[in-house]
Order: sequence, then C-alpha cells, then structure tokens
Amino acid sequence: MQNPSDYVSIGIFALIVGGLGIVIVTLGALFRPKNPYAEKLTPYESGMPQIGSAQQRYTVRYYLVAMLFVVFDIEAVFLYPWAVAFNALGWFGLVEMFLFIALLLVGYAYAWRKGALDWIS
Amino acid sequence: MALINDRFKPGLITTTVDFLFNWARTSSLWPLILGTACCAIETMAVGISRYDFLERYGMLYRFSPRQSDVMLVSGTVTYKMANVVRTIYDQMAEPRWVIAMGNCATSGGPFPTYATVQGIDEIVPVDIYVPGCPPTPEAQSFGILKLMEKIKRDTIAKTTVDVEGRKVAA
Repeated sequence: MQNPSDYVSIGIFALIVGGLGIVIVTLGALFRPKNPYAEKLTPYESGMPQIGSAQQRYTVRYYLVAMLFVVFDIEAVFLYPWAVAFNALGWFGLVEMFLFIALLLVGYAYAWRKGALDWIS
Repeated sequence: MALINDRFKPGLITTTVDFLFNWARTSSLWPLILGTACCAIETMAVGISRYDFLERYGMLYRFSPRQSDVMLVSGTVTYKMANVVRTIYDQMAEPRWVIAMGNCATSGGPFPTYATVQGIDEIVPVDIYVPGCPPTPEAQSFGILKLMEKIKRDTIAKTTVDVEGRKVAA
C-alpha cells in the first residue's frame, strides 16, 4: 500500500452500493402490497403438497459406499504407476504389489462379511 | 396491507403514484408459464423469434411463482391439476394477474367431461380470457396487451366494490 488515500474511492463506492441497497429494499418494503397467508408462505414444490420436512434424517448408507470407493480407487491409483515402472522394479515390485492387493482383499472380505455391500439390509 | 394501499382518497397525488406504479408494472410483467396442454405451444411462439412479443414488452419467462406477476394458464386444466393451479396462484406475490389462454382454460372447451375444469375461473380469479383452439400467437399477444390496459386502470386509492363487483372510487 503506497498511500491510504488511494483506497478512499473504494470506500465511497462501498458506501454508495450498500446505501443504495438499503434504500431500495426499504422503499420496496414500504410501498409494496403485503398480504401474507398460509398458502402463500408454503415452499414452492411445483404446486404439489409438501411431504415430510426438509430437515428429516436420511440414510448414511452412501457414506459406506463412498469409503469403499476411496479404498479401491487408491488401489487403482497405485496399480497404474506400478504397471508403468514394472520393468525397473522387477520381482521385488511384483511381490510388493501382490502383498498390497492381498491386504486390500482382506479389507474387502471384511466389508463384504459385515454387509457393507448390501444396499438393503 | 402496506403503507399506501387503500388509505387515501383519489386525487392528484394518488393518480400520479398510480401512473408510476402501473407504468412499472406493465413494463416488467413477468409471466409464469403454466402450459397445461397444447395451447402452450402457441404461448411459446409468442415469446420466440417469429413473433418475439414478450421481450419487446419487458416480459421474461419465469418458472417460479415467487418471481411472477401474471400466470398464463394455457391449456386444459383437469380436476387433478386444479389443486396445483390454485396452489401456484396462491404462491404468487401480489399484485398478480391471470390470463386464461384458449377455450379449455376459458370454459372447458371441447371437453365437457367429468374430469375437466369447466373454465379456470372456477378455481382462480381470471383477468383476461383469450378464446381460440388454440389461440394464435397474435391473439395471445392481444390478450397480454389487454391485461396491460387493465393494469393501467389499477389504483392505490381507497376503493369500494359496487353491486357488479367492480372496483370504484370510494
């Protein structure tokens, strides 16, 4: 910041914008017809009656699916560079990768056994 | 009601305010498209390039009753749809107007059946009726112009209702 007075114009601009907004909203509130009643205040649902409330609880099942997706997505992410560097890594890389997949398989079997893959249970 | 509606006797000031308000209202008449049947195709033609009526008169298609001034009911309204039409009318901000586009919305048209509302004036107050099956885009534009003429006669001054239901100066 070279000179604080450079920012005075921005301050004036902000004041005018804020003031104009307040004036317009206030004038509108004073002059417009105001006639609220229960049907008018209902949320717009394309004219259909509302069913339930917007604050209702919903299933967390998708959370499980998302977690499983992350696990297997990371597996895929690791598999690609491994496949690219396969020749350089040699036998060590192959064994390491199969160990990694075996660990994930244990997790997969656990999730399956626990019923995380059944959508309805 | 608000600060100025229905509070003053008619005079120079109220007519000036009326002129301003009605100018603003007729110049930005946002329609809610309630196309319930085939007349809606002609209503679309009113807005698009060949006729290009709406935007020349400051009208923009709206699909939410909160933002709309006039409800264009174009097409057959069945009793199953009647609740929807009434609810959407209720949810529009005031002042609000309704145009019945076409014979079905006006009087049930060619469907004098158990399932069809015989004119939407059974469920909502209608300002303008546009006849036709379907009404041509010219006819629908004319209906909108007639509604603008009607809005220009609105007043904020104190009014009473005469025996025939018309608003007259108090």
